Amino acid sequence: MTAKRDVSLTVNGVAYSASVEPRMTLVDLLRGELGLTGTHVGCEHGVCGACTILLNGQAVRSCIMLAVQADGAELMTVEGLSEDGQLHPIQQAFVGQRGLQCGFCTPGFLMSVYELLQHNPAPGDDEIKEALGGELCRCTGYQSILRSVRDAAARLRGEVPAAATEGEA
Amino acid sequence: MKPAQFDYADPRSVEDAVALLQQHGADAKILAGGQSLVPLLNMRLARPAVIIDVGKLRDLDYIRDDGDALVIGALTTQRSVERSELVAREHPLLAATTRYIAHPQIRNRGTFGGSIAHADPAAECPALAVALDMQITVVGPGGARVIAAADFFVTYLTTSLEQDEILTDVRVPKLTPGTGWSIQEVARRHGDFAMAGAICTLTLERGRCAAARIALFGVGAVPVRAPEAEQTIIGQEPNAALFEEAGARASAEISEPLADIHGSSEFRRHLAGVMTQRALTEAFSRAEAR
Repeated sequence: MTAKRDVSLTVNGVAYSASVEPRMTLVDLLRGELGLTGTHVGCEHGVCGACTILLNGQAVRSCIMLAVQADGAELMTVEGLSEDGQLHPIQQAFVGQRGLQCGFCTPGFLMSVYELLQHNPAPGDDEIKEALGGELCRCTGYQSILRSVRDAAARLRGEVPAAATEGEA
Repeated sequence: MKPAQFDYADPRSVEDAVALLQQHGADAKILAGGQSLVPLLNMRLARPAVIIDVGKLRDLDYIRDDGDALVIGALTTQRSVERSELVAREHPLLAATTRYIAHPQIRNRGTFGGSIAHADPAAECPALAVALDMQITVVGPGGARVIAAADFFVTYLTTSLEQDEILTDVRVPKLTPGTGWSIQEVARRHGDFAMAGAICTLTLERGRCAAARIALFGVGAVPVRAPEAEQTIIGQEPNAALFEEAGARASAEISEPLADIHGSSEFRRHLAGVMTQRALTEAFSRAEAR
């Protein structure tokens, strides 16, 4: 049995500490120990992007990071997006433009979009595609996700959101 | 998928990290950004007894201008290289190459030194190291030594680093005046592993090619130069037919192209030639513009 290590970190503004085995991945700490199950686990080897969170403001895969590596870090997960029960504009855009169907990949998409729009409030389609190239969706289709990101950027710039997508997505 | 158990150490100095490597030998593995190692741990393809996490050695995170070269600390993330104004101004080939490395979410954690030490033959940094003759500094119990990129990559995921040595920085020579550059890569999606790629530099003097470098990746056990293809164009006045011939030479001189689910060895040999031709063409046009 390897010695446990103490980890202290902040998630969505709340301070947590836990005693973990060094082999525990960060996503397992978030979901299993801290009860923050909004972050999803897909491929567990860094390919699908479902587990993407923000670490000190940067989008990273929480499945290929050890919890001990996040000691002292500030994290943001999908639970940290909404405020006072109001969905974040990125989430509103994904709803309005049908940017999700089953929703499994959505937490990762949202966090990657969050990082993108922090750096680049008006990304072109190529920039959006590059930022989201590491996020896999198997059911929605990327066109409506692309629309959602354009709409999210417009909302965050204070522009009028695009009309909701009509009919079947 | 969970990693097997391991003991964990997080040294606060390079000396302490080296002491741990000396103590544990082949049972230990260094963890930097973890973007290659943690997937291997998760799938239990790697089961080291001891993980030495060097993530707290923050003084290995820097990019420094050293006149005719940039010096990059081993723990500098790919993202820091990508976003560096110094790199954008002084080394556009390095900046362009970095954008081919995986996805932004991976580049946010993956380190420059880690990619070189990991020595994946399909990765961009090792190929750039070979193309530019990077100088790789490693520290062991007896102090530091410098290894030329040409002597660093031994075979798949294997380097000339000794078991008790740690990579600390990499010296990246700048391109000389009159030198154009290009990186070309084929992957199933942007950000995936390269099926084949070429990095070329081409130096023009009075309309003739005075020097050329061709480094290929994704085609063998290590990133390789294509010396016969280089010789095809050195001393010549560059033109489209010459680049086509150089591509064919590069394709022919690869000794052991990879074959896997993504492409046969013949296909990769073909791609390497096409990538070389395109890279030389673009490098030439950039050299003319300089």
